[in-house]
Amino acid sequence: MAKEYWRWKEYNWRDEKRDWRDGKVITGGVDVGSVSSQAVIMVDGEIYAFSNMRTGSNSPDSAVNAMNWALEETGISMDDFDFIVGTGYGRVNVPYADKAITEIACHARGGNYMYGPTVRTILDMGGQDCKAILCDERGKVTNFLMNDKCAAGTGRGMEVFADLLNVSIEEVGDLSLDVEEEPPPVSSTCVVFAKSEASQLLRDGWSRSRVLAAYCSAMAHRVFSLLERVGVQKDFAITGGIAKNTGVVSRLEKELGLTALQPRHDTQIAGALGAALFATTLVEKGKGRKKSQTAVTG
Amino acid sequence: MKANYGYMDGSGDYFITIDTDKCVECETRACVAACPANLFVIEEDDWDDLVALIAQDKRKSVKYDCAPCKPVTDRPPLPCMAECPFDAIEHSW
Ligand code: SF4
Ligand code: SF4
Repeated sequence: MAKEYWRWKEYNWRDEKRDWRDGKVITGGVDVGSVSSQAVIMVDGEIYAFSNMRTGSNSPDSAVNAMNWALEETGISMDDFDFIVGTGYGRVNVPYADKAITEIACHARGGNYMYGPTVRTILDMGGQDCKAILCDERGKVTNFLMNDKCAAGTGRGMEVFADLLNVSIEEVGDLSLDVEEEPPPVSSTCVVFAKSEASQLLRDGWSRSRVLAAYCSAMAHRVFSLLERVGVQKDFAITGGIAKNTGVVSRLEKELGLTALQPRHDTQIAGALGAALFATTLVEKGKGRKKSQTAVTG
Repeated sequence: MKANYGYMDGSGDYFITIDTDKCVECETRACVAACPANLFVIEEDDWDDLVALIAQDKRKSVKYDCAPCKPVTDRPPLPCMAECPFDAIEHSW
């Protein structure tokens, strides 16, 4: 079978140092995106386990699979949850969720937890959309803009380029920085045209690094325009899969004249994390499944 | 919250911005009736407030849906902006 260069690492994680049975409140967040799905399990407002996987052919199954993988070997059952929030483009199709909350609100909340209360601008570069979000010190959205009109500037666009150039998706960013001089960005904003432009550049003798540099540069400039529209405020942070792409991040930082904050967790789980944080707050407000539950503080 | 609905593509930026904090006070919800293209809907947001937003299925076509309200010359006041009692609506183009 041909190597799938676009394929990123799917995995699950749990905090082996803690026993969830010592906690009072178990909450969950699941983010069903168009390309990837994540589930986060929190115990007393702290991350206990999560999964990160590719979205399958339908949202309900992806939501179930992501949660089952996060639950794996934890001993937690679905009955142990006090509240679960669904988010992402498939949020209304999460069969076990108690509430659906938009991905904009969840990314802001998750970004606030991941990067701390000083973060004011969050750029989420997801699988098929890009969101620029301004938020306050509590992670509440004050301004947002989402562009999902086309795949350019998104994870899917980057996957297409990884496959075209036979470069593993994890190496795209570093390889794009391996150029002596920055080439002009690819001119097409549409990923279909950008792909044919890149093919022509390869035929013209450009190295893969140079083509990737031109694409990463175009992508960085595209999201820069998006950020300009909402007005970037410090501190600035990036969530989503592209946050792991050094080629796009460093070029964007240069254009903004700002350095992005370093995340404490996998940037792809920000939406699901925010959903789990909303779930925790709802339990604190007495809206949890177990009405007699003692409120968790902090 | 300022919510920007729309998109940017190779031809330009097409966003309708709604300041939803202002919608919380609004009793008329006049944007809904004013828009001939039925772009506005009133829904509960993530903080349980009833606010105006642009319907999901219209967000990628605002440039075309709004075209009849935006003749190239002698553009009249946009019905949505003219009717909103709180000046909560802006257009980027
Ligand atoms: S008329 Fe204006 S303030 Fe009222 S709901 Fe519509 S946009 Fe909001
Ligand atoms: S410009 Fe016209 S079509 Fe566009 S939102 Fe306003 S009233 Fe509706």
